[in-house]
Amino acid sequence: MKKLINSVDSVVTDALRGIAAAHPSLRVDLENKVVFRAGAPRPGKVGLVSGGGSGHEPLHGGFVGHGMLDAACPGEVFTSPVPDQLIEATKGVDGGAGVLHIVKNYTGDVLNFQMAAELSGDEGVEVATVLVNDDVAVQDSLFTAGRRGTGATLFVEKIAGALAETGAPLAEVARVAREVNERSRSFGVALTPCTVPAAGKPTFELGDTEIELGIGIHGEPGRTRAPMREAREIVRTAMDAIDADLPLSGETLVMVNGMGGTPLIELYIVFAEVEAYLREKGATAVRSLVGNYVTSLDMQGFSVTTCSLTGELTRLWDAPVETPALRWGR
Amino acid sequence: MNTQFFAAWIEEIAAAVRAQRDHLTQLDAAIGDADHGANLDRGFTAAREALAGASPQTPGALLVLVGSTLIRKVGGASGPLYGTAFREMGKAFGEAAEISPAELSTGLNAALSGVQRLGAAAEGDKTMVDALAPAAQALAQAVRDGLKPEEALEAAAAAAEQGARATVPLQARKGRASYLGPRSVGHEDPGAASTALLFGALKAAASR
Repeated sequence: MKKLINSVDSVVTDALRGIAAAHPSLRVDLENKVVFRAGAPRPGKVGLVSGGGSGHEPLHGGFVGHGMLDAACPGEVFTSPVPDQLIEATKGVDGGAGVLHIVKNYTGDVLNFQMAAELSGDEGVEVATVLVNDDVAVQDSLFTAGRRGTGATLFVEKIAGALAETGAPLAEVARVAREVNERSRSFGVALTPCTVPAAGKPTFELGDTEIELGIGIHGEPGRTRAPMREAREIVRTAMDAIDADLPLSGETLVMVNGMGGTPLIELYIVFAEVEAYLREKGATAVRSLVGNYVTSLDMQGFSVTTCSLTGELTRLWDAPVETPALRWGR
Repeated sequence: MNTQFFAAWIEEIAAAVRAQRDHLTQLDAAIGDADHGANLDRGFTAAREALAGASPQTPGALLVLVGSTLIRKVGGASGPLYGTAFREMGKAFGEAAEISPAELSTGLNAALSGVQRLGAAAEGDKTMVDALAPAAQALAQAVRDGLKPEEALEAAAAAAEQGARATVPLQARKGRASYLGPRSVGHEDPGAASTALLFGALKAAASR
């Protein structure tokens, strides 16, 4: 394993020191491992808190700032944060209007956020929770852990963050967050596994001519393995899965997201195919993001996330945002 | 079984988890996200430190402290789940200074209920419950049969071990392995494997 780290045990703390040093617009609490927007809490504004395992950068710390999150809690690599962290973040961003927890649907994240919400509630902070579960590769059923939260997390954070910035009440911010999730779908493909620092070797083996379809963002294998083929064909498989779950139509927000180790030129090739696929279905990519936003360490591959827009959602997407990883309009 | 016994149990768990850290992580890499060994190692190391700092006076207080520490330090699903297991067991012990095998059995059932309430997993879902439930059942049976404490703990450890191994052919229905669907078959569940370690450590603490 070759990685730019000082030691396996200090990966998260060392990265937080770098984030603090690079971004004066953030206040990083190194002891509790919370990335705050400078000036939090803001009186009368709903606070947005997200968090999850590290290894998905820039998610979530890179999305803290004007028009998006008020605080982010990074756990250890691929491990959800602990309740203590989440409580510190929740109390630290409560400006009296309540706090929205944006939680990716993984058993660990759900349990830790649930405990934090209950304990914060005991201390008088009103908390609402929105679960993100956009990944169509996972079959949803009452008897399983349900679908994973992946790329749509960024859409939820951006759009709910924009609404919160206008001074909207907690119930409204939560409503729009849930609407974004319901309108979003994702599918991921890996060309290589990733290497978790503490494990020291790749999370699975993949031959030179094989790819994994339906991966999540934690280096776990996908649902099926397939032979390597042209980008056009791989994109078709991904988009067919999305379209079968929620037929693509109308004005669509699209993200082609790199998993951390994918050259941008390949992501643009993928985007061209995604855009062509949408046109074929009568849908239009009216807003787009291409780049590394919800990563899985050094994995090569991509995920594609779509969100069927409404007038309100488009306006909120276009609203000014100023964070380390996403900024426009300001 | 007194406070010292349960402190020895935590020592044995911490040692076993440290020794099996890489093995647990590799089991997790196959069907999860390759962090189980590192997480439990961090958690039980912190639990041992918490005990050294606080010196709880009863088995119940000791286990509640261990559980709270795990919830605070581990993260993931295993932090809340293992933390709840220890807290529920500790709460079931109340203020008692000495725990009989029958009381241990009651505590273990409370731990199992807590884990199932939080994780909503049933036996056969390929989770830690597949080791915990058979161990609780074996201990209850041993108490009914009037076995000696060492024999009762031996029976619980054997049942947990067997339960963990029996997860290999199962398809996961809960936790991160469930995302793999049929591909989760053929691998031992890391949570069941670490639960079996806990019962092996209980047996080891009794033979100290």
